Amino acid sequence: MTKVVHYINQFFAGIGGEDAAGSSPVRVEGTVGPGRRLQQLLGDDLEIVATVHCGDDYASGSSDAIEEILALVRQDDPDLLIAGPSFTSGRYGLACARVAAAATQAGITSLAAMHEENPGVDEAGGATVVRSGVAAREMGRSLETLAAAAAIVASGEPLTNEQGRLGRPRRQVVRVDRPAAARAVDLALARLGGDLEATEVPLPRFDQVTPAAPVDDVGQAVVALVTEGALVPEGNPGRLESARATRWLRYSLDGVDALAPEHYGSVHGGFSTVWANEDPHRIVPLDIARELEAEGAIGRLHGEYLVTAGNGTSVANARRFGVEWAADLRRSEVRAAILTST
Amino acid sequence: MERAGIATALLCNLVSIAERVGAPRIVATRGIPYPTGDPSLGPAQERAWRRKLVERALEAVATPVSSPTIFEVNGGKDNA
Repeated sequence: MTKVVHYINQFFAGIGGEDAAGSSPVRVEGTVGPGRRLQQLLGDDLEIVATVHCGDDYASGSSDAIEEILALVRQDDPDLLIAGPSFTSGRYGLACARVAAAATQAGITSLAAMHEENPGVDEAGGATVVRSGVAAREMGRSLETLAAAAAIVASGEPLTNEQGRLGRPRRQVVRVDRPAAARAVDLALARLGGDLEATEVPLPRFDQVTPAAPVDDVGQAVVALVTEGALVPEGNPGRLESARATRWLRYSLDGVDALAPEHYGSVHGGFSTVWANEDPHRIVPLDIARELEAEGAIGRLHGEYLVTAGNGTSVANARRFGVEWAADLRRSEVRAAILTST
Repeated sequence: MERAGIATALLCNLVSIAERVGAPRIVATRGIPYPTGDPSLGPAQERAWRRKLVERALEAVATPVSSPTIFEVNGGKDNA
């Protein structure tokens, strides 16, 4: 019998949504939420003896939180830790990955489930990460993949990319039939044939950004305020999506010196907007920017702010927004931007 | 945006992610739901904290960098 501890967030534990994202870690006997179906799929050989859940803000906000969660996980001395599935949820994915990484370091075999675009994929350290769907509507299929992967990982076998593994498999010594020279020629021929992806040694993908030159004199420059915090005028007239945004919007700041809570609010679906709605300057710091403009520390503030919702946004769309924002701002002779990110 | 020549200060709490995706100028903030605020402070202190963050952002865009660089604010907490 393999003893399993399952890590999930406050939402899937039924504690609450964003209002409970700050909740601290709790250990519960047996299965909770998606753990029930997961247990059915795991069968008799793997038993979820306990579930540890924690709020996403709490778990992703500090390294101490991961230690607290790990301490609860260790209470049951499990053979396997399973975290998620966390789909494209950024904070939940980070928490799953970091808990799995910490558990692995503590000698517990660990498996985290998330979508390939989740930022957690790269934070899992020595733990295995298995593919899940984009959102909770794909829970069923994601749990099936996860359960199958759990059985493999628990048996001590490495999970392959074909079995849903994300990221690089652990390197190990194996015997192959064909010598390196023959395999190299095969790969060279594949490349000449147009297959640019074929490789035996996948390299990590790092986005290299060449930084812009600094602004010589901010006191003379036009500076723009931009945000992915989904702060929009009351009623969300541009219908900005709260998740998986496909567009961005612009709103005029001409003659606006402050963002009153009655007129602006955040429609972001990925965090509690209570604080943003109490004071929109917590997302777009217009009050201070105007103050610094009046003092001459900023040459001129750009006449509008640009906004989208950074919540499960695809990398392709996010990249497109950046390109479009840059082009738009350059046309207005903006030299620098302050981008707030939630 | 940086690639296109606009020096951009990214104010965020998840600094390790910002570094990994290659954001060149990162200003560390205190919480995910309030990049330019801190509801645990009184109104005047919160405004002062926001001013420090925006001033640091302006310093960041005026500073030459060659790779992801974190601009801490005095009095900032380590949340990364």
